Amino acid sequence: MITTTKSTERVRGASQPPTRTRSRRPLRTWLIACAAYLVAIIFLLPYLEMLVMAGRPNNELGQPTILPSHFTVANFTSLWSAGGLGGSIGTSLQIAAGATVIVLLVALPAAYCTARRRFRGRTAFLLLVLATQMFQPAAMLVGIQREFTNFGIPPTLSLVIINAGFNLAFAVWILNAFFSSIPVELEEASMVDGLGRVGALLRITLPLAAPGIVTALIFTFISAWNEFLVALTLSLGQSAGQQPLTVAINQYIGEYSVDWGHLFAAGLVATVPVIILFAFIERRVVSGLTAGAVK
Amino acid sequence: MPALRRLVPLLWLGPAIALIGVVVLWPVVVMVQSSFQQIGGEGFVAGYNGTANYGNLFREPDFVPVLLRTLVWVVAVVVVTVLLSLALAQLFHQRFPGRRVTRWALIIPWAASVMMTALIFKWALDPNVGAINVILHHLGVVKQLGSSQADWLGNPTSALAWMMGVAVFVSLPFTTYAILSGLQGIPADVYEAAALDGATSWKSYLEVTLPLLRPAILVATLINVINVFNSFPIIWEMTRGGPGYETSTSTIYMVDLKQGDVGQSAAMSVINFLLVIVIVLVYLSTTRWKEQVDQ
Repeated sequence: MITTTKSTERVRGASQPPTRTRSRRPLRTWLIACAAYLVAIIFLLPYLEMLVMAGRPNNELGQPTILPSHFTVANFTSLWSAGGLGGSIGTSLQIAAGATVIVLLVALPAAYCTARRRFRGRTAFLLLVLATQMFQPAAMLVGIQREFTNFGIPPTLSLVIINAGFNLAFAVWILNAFFSSIPVELEEASMVDGLGRVGALLRITLPLAAPGIVTALIFTFISAWNEFLVALTLSLGQSAGQQPLTVAINQYIGEYSVDWGHLFAAGLVATVPVIILFAFIERRVVSGLTAGAVK
Repeated sequence: MPALRRLVPLLWLGPAIALIGVVVLWPVVVMVQSSFQQIGGEGFVAGYNGTANYGNLFREPDFVPVLLRTLVWVVAVVVVTVLLSLALAQLFHQRFPGRRVTRWALIIPWAASVMMTALIFKWALDPNVGAINVILHHLGVVKQLGSSQADWLGNPTSALAWMMGVAVFVSLPFTTYAILSGLQGIPADVYEAAALDGATSWKSYLEVTLPLLRPAILVATLINVINVFNSFPIIWEMTRGGPGYETSTSTIYMVDLKQGDVGQSAAMSVINFLLVIVIVLVYLSTTRWKEQVDQ
């Protein structure tokens, strides 16, 4: 056994890369920082281009210049009157929020039960969930389309259910990990204190699992908001205002010309909110996606 | 009663099983069934068709080229993504000022819808005014704007190369984050031991870091293979799989067949699905999901 001080040092140093001699460090740090800033700019540039294009006056669209002579907000203001973008945002919100609510209602009990109990069929259930994470709607698109149209379910409701189903695995895995990390003794102690099983669950366990719940919630919302293939397949033939945003944006692509200004203005409306949301769950999202595989 | 007690977990898991059944399992049944039926473009079932859909599919002159292209698409995109992510993860694992902000830039292509990213690159590659072409023209790579040389997406080979680039671009954030979380799990004393043995930094990376990263690389690779195999928005938005089917992967081909012959499209779906099952089986047999479940 090593002494206590030494072991805390090791824990603290656990995630740091090896350091070399101190004298070379400032230059090295500086070089690393520059490389990282360069990479960050490369990742940011395409999305800045979206902003540049949305703010470009329409009469400058045909000029081979990187930056326009001046910026305009015309594309953003006419976005709401020209197309049915307001309606599309409403449809996308319904789909994303609906799918998120269903995922939470369905995944919470399943994750709690598999984290707390050992029963026959538990492993089979978790295997089923893991397998669904590997199947994407694209792999069974024909079946999904025929099932939901044969039952006559309206497109928006269909998209709510389908997005909920394909994001369930992520939620179950991340919530399972959070519930497993909360000691049973904590629940038992509060039950002794007179809270009862349901009280302990509501007042102790759920608040402690809140980070996991928020991560599952935001993740489901974003992937339902961004989903394209099933939305395109099921909302075909609907009016633009009833189509989800990802599909409605394609109305700006004509057969011979593309209304790039409006397209990118709408694109910014569609992407900026989810990028901000994603920043909140950035640290935890990997563990939900790779759960069950990496320790 | 013990028999009733055993059914209690079903109460907690029931909704999840029902959702998976409706959204994932039943579509597979419908899809397989459809692949043996004669169905027109409008979805009208004309009757049982035996294996004719499969026969017709295998006889399509585009079938084998599409499958081979899918293989090249998946292998090239995933290999390049993993190699670049190994380098990026190493970079973002270092300490430098502003690391958090640069990591936020890194997640943008992950959070934004792939469809929008594809449209940005479609615009940037516009032969007359696209930003990439304008820059390449200034650099002297593109001799004449609007020429066939600038029409990257009009030529199947260069179109595929650019689309693979976009696919790599949107896959990098998740893969880098997955490898980063693997790096953070490697204790510092492992490096100290390697340094004591006189290993150079490159040698210690190859002999110490890479083997320890194996689980993270493995799961990131397999999740990428599934994603890239099922990828739809990039090719759909940038070339629609054309000219002809010369830039189509099997997912694009399946969606396109659906407009004319749903039965044959279902047959293509079944083949895609079988390929995904093979990948999933590989995934489950190489990962340690069971240990995590049983812990």
